[in-house]
Amino acid sequence: MEVKIAHLYPSLMNIYADRGNIITLSQRCSWRGIGVRVDDFGPGETPDWQAYDFFYLGGGQDREQLLVARDLAAKGAGLIEAVLGGAALLSICGGYQLLGEYYRTAAGDTMEGVGLFKAHTVAGSRRCIGNVVIESRLGGSKLKLAGFENHSGKTYLEAGQEPLGRVVSGYGNNAEDGTEGIIYRGAIGTYMHGPLLPKNPGLTDFLLRVALSRRHGEISLAALDDSLEDAARAVAVKAAR
Amino acid sequence: MLEIVQNSKAAIAAKIALARTVALISGRAGHGGTTLPGRVVRAVDPGISGRLASRLPRGCMLVSATNGKTTTSAMIARIMEEESISLARNREGANLAAGVATALLKKASLGGGPGAELGLFEVDEAVFPEVARQLDPKAVLLMNLFRDQLDRYGELEHLAEIWRASMARLSPLTTTVINADDPLVAGMARLRPEQSLCFGIEDATAGGLVSQHASDSKYCTVCGHPFDYEVFYMGHLGKYHCPNCGNRRPSPTVFAENVSLDGMRGSSFDLITPGSSRVRVDIRLPGLYNVYNALAAAAGCTAMGLAPAGIVRGLAAFSAAFGRVETLSIGGKSVCLLLVKNPAGFNEVVRTLLIEPGQKSLMVALNDRIADGRDISWIWDVDLENLAGGVRSAVCSGTRAEEMAMRLKYAGVESQRLNVRRGLRQAFQAALDQTNSDETLYVLPTYTAMLALRQVIHQHFRPEGEMGDLVWK
Repeated sequence: MEVKIAHLYPSLMNIYADRGNIITLSQRCSWRGIGVRVDDFGPGETPDWQAYDFFYLGGGQDREQLLVARDLAAKGAGLIEAVLGGAALLSICGGYQLLGEYYRTAAGDTMEGVGLFKAHTVAGSRRCIGNVVIESRLGGSKLKLAGFENHSGKTYLEAGQEPLGRVVSGYGNNAEDGTEGIIYRGAIGTYMHGPLLPKNPGLTDFLLRVALSRRHGEISLAALDDSLEDAARAVAVKAAR
Repeated sequence: MLEIVQNSKAAIAAKIALARTVALISGRAGHGGTTLPGRVVRAVDPGISGRLASRLPRGCMLVSATNGKTTTSAMIARIMEEESISLARNREGANLAAGVATALLKKASLGGGPGAELGLFEVDEAVFPEVARQLDPKAVLLMNLFRDQLDRYGELEHLAEIWRASMARLSPLTTTVINADDPLVAGMARLRPEQSLCFGIEDATAGGLVSQHASDSKYCTVCGHPFDYEVFYMGHLGKYHCPNCGNRRPSPTVFAENVSLDGMRGSSFDLITPGSSRVRVDIRLPGLYNVYNALAAAAGCTAMGLAPAGIVRGLAAFSAAFGRVETLSIGGKSVCLLLVKNPAGFNEVVRTLLIEPGQKSLMVALNDRIADGRDISWIWDVDLENLAGGVRSAVCSGTRAEEMAMRLKYAGVESQRLNVRRGLRQAFQAALDQTNSDETLYVLPTYTAMLALRQVIHQHFRPEGEMGDLVWK
């Protein structure tokens, strides 16, 4: 068994230690004897959308995000098809914004997004920075997730869209409606970095199950000793208060 | 009218007296008094720093960077000492405008005399433009911009932008001393070609062909196309050019050749300066990052008109800036303190440890206070995977001890080699206990953890020999 991960724009979109999320996915597979393969795709390179089980898109600085937006426009259809076909996807911060319907800049210009997520982002005037804790209902069970957010864009979900979770402490999507992130099928968008996956193994394993089930059907993952991960999350939850 | 009042002798004397009173009170209250006097006087007279600085006979010099500004400033101070040039100098942690004002006020006499020949100030990257505007410096030394504490500064690109904007406001008499190897910083030299002096490393064997993961600026700062790198020295520092628009690294006129790194024992390089022959520089500090610091100090001093002989003597005599690299002996065991505060600096510490033979006994103390950065994501950008196989045991401490231990676990250190002790005293004791008597314990603290740990070691562990100042004065 092998998980095939496509890491999109790793050298442009990596501002919040996104590599930590990839390391975590890889290690939690290898500790379970599951093979893992990570391939990087930069501007001008297109993955075979059907061949990958997991797509990852991190956050970038303004200049780099603009470069990616241009390149990503041509890839949107393939990416949406992969998610509809059962692939897992995790997008963080800038990556999350680019996968929405559009981004409206402070000057009022509108930048088209990929449209995977029924959500849009508007440039905000103040930065939302700090530790953040949300309560999520991944796979039906309550799950507390902890991370760090640093964004000025405010993201609004369209009616009926499911947020990744409800903000317990921190700002979330827009500092107004108490939502954080979005989940659509196996695809997640969120402002939480820190990085997100190491100290939230419940979320990591949820994404791995989605990815594996694409080609291997229902999978139950072997339990791992997560005492260190849980302790790190507990400290992050305290730091958010 | 206001200007006249502000400039009168009596007015200046009153402000200096006010600063001294505040320093005395804040000193008694247990605070260092390194910023409060300046803050109080600046509230009355925002232009006080410029007024006092203009009286320094040799003018002043600013040092700014993400990495190395404290060590480099301390190196320059040591070189100036060699040349018997007296300094007004701020201290690390007091590197905002108020800290600079405090340093000037402390040296000034009640008559308004400057009390020093040269002002030497390390300044925070974000306030560099403000301080440069106030002080009209003779030279500014701009060393590097790395990803540091994004939760405090916003994004890197923004910092580079405000630095670029500040170039146009500098006096034509100011020399900009610029690191050619950092593309984000090197662009500043193009804005003032006549008044810039560039420095860099010219030794491909000192770097690698592959960048570290923490690299920040691999894309052309002019057109956005990926740079071609001939060599990476440290993070995104290296020899680069843009194959699309032709933007390339400026040729440095002060440079290092034949770099030799000898682990914890020190480093050396040939220093070439304009119009003079090559001299060998020996420093007692490890790693390429300290070669950069010494080279930057040499370039800064060259811009101030100093000769290579004094520079070489000063650098050879320099030991270490507070908490950056300190070696102590405790109960016969050797303890080495190495500050880590961002991915680029941590990677260099990793690189230095890899030169040392054998399995290492480590203590890593990760704090998330404001001065460390509240966001601890950065530890995931450090190439700890390289070190994992060389860790015999690691005690993790600090306010985010668990996250640090988890990072090492995911880097490949087995769980049974990891030990979490949040409290610094217990952690340090455990780390000492796990270190054999003929071994070195390597202690890697973030900034506030370093400050606290030095106190703990001083109070409870009786280090043999001199430990240096316990707090910055």
